[in-house]
Amino acid sequence: MSEIISDLNTIDKESIRIAKKYKQKNKNAAGSKEGTFTKIAFISISLIFVVLMLVVPLISVVINSLKLGLAFYIESITTEYVISAIRITLLATVIAVIVNTFFGIVASWAITRFNFKGKQILTTLIDIPFSVSPVIAGLSYIMTFGRMGWATPILDTINEALGTDIQIAFAVPGVVLATIFVTFPFVSRELIPVLNAVGTDEEQAAALMGAGGLTIFRRITFPHIKWALLYGIILCTARALGEFGAVNALSKTRGGTFTLPLEIDALYLSGSADSITASFAVSSILVIISVIVLILRNIVEYKVKK
Amino acid sequence: MYLELKNINKKYGDYKASDDVNIQIEKGSLVALLGPSGSGKTTILRMIAGLETPDSGDIIIDGVRVNDIAPAERGIGFVFQNYALFRYMTVYDNIAFGLELKKVKKSDIRKRVNELIELTGLKGLEHRYPNQLSGGQRQRVAFARALAPNPSLLLLDEPFAAIDAKVRKELRSWLREMIYKVGITSIFVTHDQEEAVEVADEIIVTNKGRVEQIGDPVSIYKEPETPFVSEFIGQSTLIKNYYKLKGFEQGDYIGAIVRPEFVEAFKRDNSDFADVIDSSEVGTVTDILFRGNSLEVRLDVNGIELTTHRSLERRPIYIGEKLRVIVYRLFAVDEHRAYLLENTELQKKGFKDRRLDTYIYNENKYVVI
Amino acid sequence: MAKRTKTLELHIKKGKRVIPGFGLTLGITIAMVSVLILIPLASVLVYSLSLSGEEFWQIITSANVLYAFGTSILCSFIAAVINCIFGVILAWTLVRYDFPGKRILDGLIELPFALPTAVAGITLSKLYSNKGAIGSFLDKFGIAVSYTHIGLTIALIFIGIPFVVRAIQPVLEKFDSQYEEAAYSLGASKRTTFIRVTLPELRPAMLTGFGLAFARGIGEYGSVIYISGNSEKKHTQVVSYVIMQKLNYLDYSAATAIALVMLIISFIVLLFINIVQIRQSQRTNNV
Repeated sequence: MSEIISDLNTIDKESIRIAKKYKQKNKNAAGSKEGTFTKIAFISISLIFVVLMLVVPLISVVINSLKLGLAFYIESITTEYVISAIRITLLATVIAVIVNTFFGIVASWAITRFNFKGKQILTTLIDIPFSVSPVIAGLSYIMTFGRMGWATPILDTINEALGTDIQIAFAVPGVVLATIFVTFPFVSRELIPVLNAVGTDEEQAAALMGAGGLTIFRRITFPHIKWALLYGIILCTARALGEFGAVNALSKTRGGTFTLPLEIDALYLSGSADSITASFAVSSILVIISVIVLILRNIVEYKVKK
Repeated sequence: MYLELKNINKKYGDYKASDDVNIQIEKGSLVALLGPSGSGKTTILRMIAGLETPDSGDIIIDGVRVNDIAPAERGIGFVFQNYALFRYMTVYDNIAFGLELKKVKKSDIRKRVNELIELTGLKGLEHRYPNQLSGGQRQRVAFARALAPNPSLLLLDEPFAAIDAKVRKELRSWLREMIYKVGITSIFVTHDQEEAVEVADEIIVTNKGRVEQIGDPVSIYKEPETPFVSEFIGQSTLIKNYYKLKGFEQGDYIGAIVRPEFVEAFKRDNSDFADVIDSSEVGTVTDILFRGNSLEVRLDVNGIELTTHRSLERRPIYIGEKLRVIVYRLFAVDEHRAYLLENTELQKKGFKDRRLDTYIYNENKYVVI
Repeated sequence: MAKRTKTLELHIKKGKRVIPGFGLTLGITIAMVSVLILIPLASVLVYSLSLSGEEFWQIITSANVLYAFGTSILCSFIAAVINCIFGVILAWTLVRYDFPGKRILDGLIELPFALPTAVAGITLSKLYSNKGAIGSFLDKFGIAVSYTHIGLTIALIFIGIPFVVRAIQPVLEKFDSQYEEAAYSLGASKRTTFIRVTLPELRPAMLTGFGLAFARGIGEYGSVIYISGNSEKKHTQVVSYVIMQKLNYLDYSAATAIALVMLIISFIVLLFINIVQIRQSQRTNNV
């Protein structure tokens, strides 16, 4: 018996030695000229691509915005139009983020915690705004609330009855709605995979012990999803701040319902060299925000992975 | 009866998870629900807890029909398969959670939690998070958490599944001891017969949504009532042409179950068996496996493959060697029931079974019962 | 085994109702999806369906609409193909190599998601115009980028690159190097291993990334309308621009008709992505 065991030992040692040798060989292969060349080539191509396609445009915004000096820069970002646009943008973003965060939590809870018929369809419907052109989003609200829209008579009746003058299309509510539309799935899409991965065991245990829905969410679920939630909120904010196509269809009053991207568009298209520089100046505000978003995003992503 | 399940039926689509299940459990007993995966044992446990609702039938706890009572109101402690410990709470908070929900006074919570931490040997780990604990420690926390609100019935879903084999054994006796100390009626689900035999006073064997047999471990082992139980328990081989074996006649059966301990194999010159040598037949050794405390020997008898265990103390045997073989008894089975058949020739001679131990075979080990 | 997982699944499914909030959360979800997404989109559908078949056909087959669809589809397709090539290189570099600045590079990939499309649009347009930094350089070789299909495609590459990289990256991360080592041990060269072993593993992810970038490209508006020049004569109008134009002329029939066709196209692309993903998961499950 002991003989067999020692035999086995030698075989084992032999195979380990061979395996090691092969590993070394592989390492050599990876470290060979071909390997190094590929590595350098790949890294160079990647760097050139990213710099040329992504970094240069980013820097060019800043350079263009400062073309006419700092004074002009400050002047262009403090015009009445720009201030109004900042106000509208912030308003639409804040409302969209609140609505979509609420929706994201509720929808991801329904989708991951229960089983029901048509779940797959519901998930697909929630994702529609990802695949629909933002212009169509704008169009659909016009077709609902605009002059041709079927909801307009209803709205008129309500306004008449209440003595109010609420308008949706081509007014601030329309801008807000369009922003909500394009950012609709952002939070739920981040939460659903996390909630699926966490599973329902802990919640079932808590429910069995008599915990109510809110207690379960606050004490058990929320700690699991807090980073993913923040991540979704960041993405939602970035997209809401920068939305252009949908809002463009629904907003026609400069200084009234224009958001920052629309103001940038207006300045750029007005054509004079000055206004183009001003348009880049206003853009630089959004560029700074998007760089901050990128950094935050990376920090939070790191936390989510951990 | 403390817990009663009456005519419980439960279907998932076309799949019958519970098929007219009737169970009665006495106060203070420790019961195992034993069966293969998909046999409906977990469904029964979850229905008792209220995590599932039966399609029909009554669940009665302490004389009260609980079908429509919310899970949390049933006075049940539940230990989940993977424990479902709250990952973002410390050991202390995990155990205290159920009491907090019941709005127990803070000082009383502290007293109760400390008491349980003391009892389960978790002292010093109160402020750890579940991911900082070993599998065994997690089980203890899950156990303490389930017991905290003083339930009158403890349900455990595969309580040892998440623990590696080495620690499992130790935890089995620990859990048994704990349950007796606390004196709580307990039901646990397992697919491991060794576990059921070792821990439970009473075993409920389930298969395909039906209860096959209820009884104490020894009777389940020695007197299987159905073909399923006779095959599922112990190390069993089903043979078709059992009637070719000496001492057995063909009956209205579809086959017979033979266990290793029913088979005796001895050398021709063994004087102990001299009186029954003409009731034996020749078996050729086809394989010998070393099983730690014994040898497992495969024999070919008239084309029938039989397995027996052989003590290491006995004379060595070799593959290809011809031995004499007798079969003491077997379980003949038809569609519905299992019948014990004794070897008629041996009975005529008044020859007694010389194998005193009966074993249950599991995970490459034998457990003596 | 299959049966076992099935029954386990059933247990879990049925157990879920123990957790409270089913009616409330599902009710809110359906209500919000209906009010904010479905009803507005249905308005488009209903309006476009009220057109007669002849009218509809006339709008859709008018020259500038057809050219717009051609331009959008063709440029998005080319951009998505180019993105697939660079996407693989970028993902490979980010997963397999270590070098200083890797995390920054990784973070920058998402820039097109974070940067407002209008800002990207005006910047690219300026940069590639014959007075811009890159445009003036290319102008020396007689290559015009801004206000041509090339510019349009560059904008779509910009907008699409993160989709492809982010689709491939996780697959490459999970990809077990044992497969490659197995190929080496059988004597395959690095190139053969990459083409015969690694690339087929990446194909579903590439297709998904391709589909996402393509779908986004077809509907893209903000980043392309400045650089494309929107010339009817040079056929650089994209579909979204044409819809917006019709809207500005209050030509709702045309806007909704074109939108409907576009919705159908994006639906087909989405369906394609879903099929690829379902096939992929089936294949990996069977191993």
